[in-house]
Amino acid sequence: MNKLPLIIKREYLAKVRNKSFVIMTFLSPILMVGMILLIAYLTQLNDNEERVIAVLNDSGYFSNEFIASEATSYVNFQDLTLAEAKDSTLSLGYYGLVYLPSEPNLEQVAQRTFFYSKEAPSSIVLNKLENTITSRLRQERLRELGLSPKEYAEMDRSYNMNIETFDGLQNIKGINEIKAIIGGAFGYLIMMFIIIYGGFVMRSVIEEKTSRIIEVIISSVKPFHLMMGKIIGTSLAGITQFAIWIVSGAILLFIGLTIFDIDPASLTKGGMAPGMAGNASVDVDAVTQNIQLYAQEIFEIPIFAMLIFFIIYFVLGYLIYSSIYAAIGAAVDNETDTQQFIFPVILPLMLAIYVGFFSVFSNPNGPIAVAFSLFPLTSPIVMLMRLPWGIGEGGVPVWQLISSILILIATFIGIVWMAAKIYRVGILMYGKKPSYKELYKWLKYSS
Amino acid sequence: MNHILVANEVTKQFGNHTALKNVSLEIPKNSIYGLLGPNGAGKTTLIRIINQITFPDKGSVYFDGELLKPEHISQIGYLPEERGLYKSMKVGEQALYLAQLKGLSKAEAKKRLKYWFEKLEIGDWWNKKIQELSKGMAQKIQFVVTVLHEPKLLIFDEPFSGFDPINANLIKEQILSLKDNGTSIIFSTHRMESVEELCEYIALIHKSEKILDGKLSDIKKAYKNNIFKVGLETANQDVLISEVQDKFQLLSHDYDITEKQLNLTLQLPSKESRAILDFLSTRANVNGFVESIPSANDIFIKTIQNKNIAHE
Repeated sequence: MNKLPLIIKREYLAKVRNKSFVIMTFLSPILMVGMILLIAYLTQLNDNEERVIAVLNDSGYFSNEFIASEATSYVNFQDLTLAEAKDSTLSLGYYGLVYLPSEPNLEQVAQRTFFYSKEAPSSIVLNKLENTITSRLRQERLRELGLSPKEYAEMDRSYNMNIETFDGLQNIKGINEIKAIIGGAFGYLIMMFIIIYGGFVMRSVIEEKTSRIIEVIISSVKPFHLMMGKIIGTSLAGITQFAIWIVSGAILLFIGLTIFDIDPASLTKGGMAPGMAGNASVDVDAVTQNIQLYAQEIFEIPIFAMLIFFIIYFVLGYLIYSSIYAAIGAAVDNETDTQQFIFPVILPLMLAIYVGFFSVFSNPNGPIAVAFSLFPLTSPIVMLMRLPWGIGEGGVPVWQLISSILILIATFIGIVWMAAKIYRVGILMYGKKPSYKELYKWLKYSS
Repeated sequence: MNHILVANEVTKQFGNHTALKNVSLEIPKNSIYGLLGPNGAGKTTLIRIINQITFPDKGSVYFDGELLKPEHISQIGYLPEERGLYKSMKVGEQALYLAQLKGLSKAEAKKRLKYWFEKLEIGDWWNKKIQELSKGMAQKIQFVVTVLHEPKLLIFDEPFSGFDPINANLIKEQILSLKDNGTSIIFSTHRMESVEELCEYIALIHKSEKILDGKLSDIKKAYKNNIFKVGLETANQDVLISEVQDKFQLLSHDYDITEKQLNLTLQLPSKESRAILDFLSTRANVNGFVESIPSANDIFIKTIQNKNIAHE
């Protein structure tokens, strides 16, 4: 009879019923969503803060340039000295005071203009004021050159580069960032999964060793079956946990956003430069057109193929790393001894992520990206980061994809074989803190 | 077939260390076979080979007449010396799991567990976690799990460690009744008094080699060397002692004045004891005369010491 399903079931249940695992599973989404909601709420709170800025305009310029926006409004002081204006601003509890002195020309007015405030002013406010004055200055200079304000407005329209691929497909800005985020998310997910659940596998092996049940079990099942059962059972528990996180996270986020009436867009808006937000004259048509283009580009990313390759790389990568973790667990007597072995395992994972972020995103088909997407210990992460740029022409060449998977499979067989040997010897070895030399000797033991 | 297990010239090497060297054993059916030896002699390695946890480099092992193969696992029950259970798992669940690993169906395992739990009076532990139990309680469960699948061969490595005398006795009775029901048992221990009590056959392993094996009673006979213990009632011990010393080889003597009891230990040249009896009966009242038979402990120590001397 095949005992593997029995072992998988036990390992799965042992993990899933574990108290800290249950708490983590249900608490994490609540904490995550709570944090997101808190950030969104605070951002909104910040945005809603009404700032009133007093303007003391002694110059002949500036009459209606200071336009109130949703967060800022302006109050014009008249017939006050600067000292009186400062006092009034303070006593009225306004955010600050703009003082435009009386000077013969605008250039000099601008030179001597001050902003007074209780504390250092926020950069958003400052930016807005500077933009207003810069715009007025430019208008004035052009007027001197003989341009009417209307002509000036005409001239001020900004310009966007049209971009296209050689195939004639319209390209849009920012799509590379989106691809990078998708690829990065997949790679990061694999790394986190390996580190978290590989660690679980290792601790579970150590537990069996320290509780001395291993010798009881090993007289009824093959060590290899026990190891694989443990790895598979733990990963199923991990997948369960991830699924619960995603589903409950999404539901909680939806509920939270509804209850607190937070606009999800406010979460992304924070990332935009303040100057861009001020430039409100983007017409609606352009926005929808852009959204369509983005959607089209995202559909261009081979999502289906990516999912398939994600599963392939995820399974192989996870099996390779978790069998290494199992071997480490078998080689030591307690968790404190694992440090010297853990670091070399995490190193290629970290390397893969860094290479991904610094090299793959700037040059997805460069030599470094290619090398690391072939090297088996980094390929599950790096290759997935390259895949959003497509497969075949313009993306990852097919030969690279195939050889990367073949190398990964060969490595998988080799590593699992070695790990199983170390595991088999290690689980019955007590009281020794093994060195790498010792582990090498174990590899040569006959069964 | 009279042997449940036959090992032929089994050799096992771990790197440079030889754990077993040409060890041959024949373990008769329906008997308790004591596997003895100092720590690190190679007993555990031999047991692991029988359980197919490791495999011999050279030599072969036959189980019930067939070359040992994976299917035999379900006919062997093994209680290791280093034993434990999953701490956070419930007793019943755990016992079921281990029984299923041995090839029992869930329903069958449940039925048998119920029987054994009642027999050992541990029925109400089913839903307890192992970490709530004492060491002796956990040992009982391990014993049940070992014998549950009714194997033909049982291997107990120090089965009594961790038990109080009452429970040790309970387990001993169970082992004997298993033997009476036809099970063959390998019994590995350092406790010689339980060897005397239980084992019909023994093998002594020392420094990776088997140095002695056979029926315990035969070995004892072979180790007898005509030493007799004599009890005499006499008021005049000094005279008697010197008389005995003249005629025979006197190993030791002690005298109890109030009881007028003289105890002598004598080494005779042969099994012939009539001469000394005749002589003594003319001198004093003989109230005790017994041949001294070596204990398993004596044999154990003596054999190993001899072996060590031979090595030097």
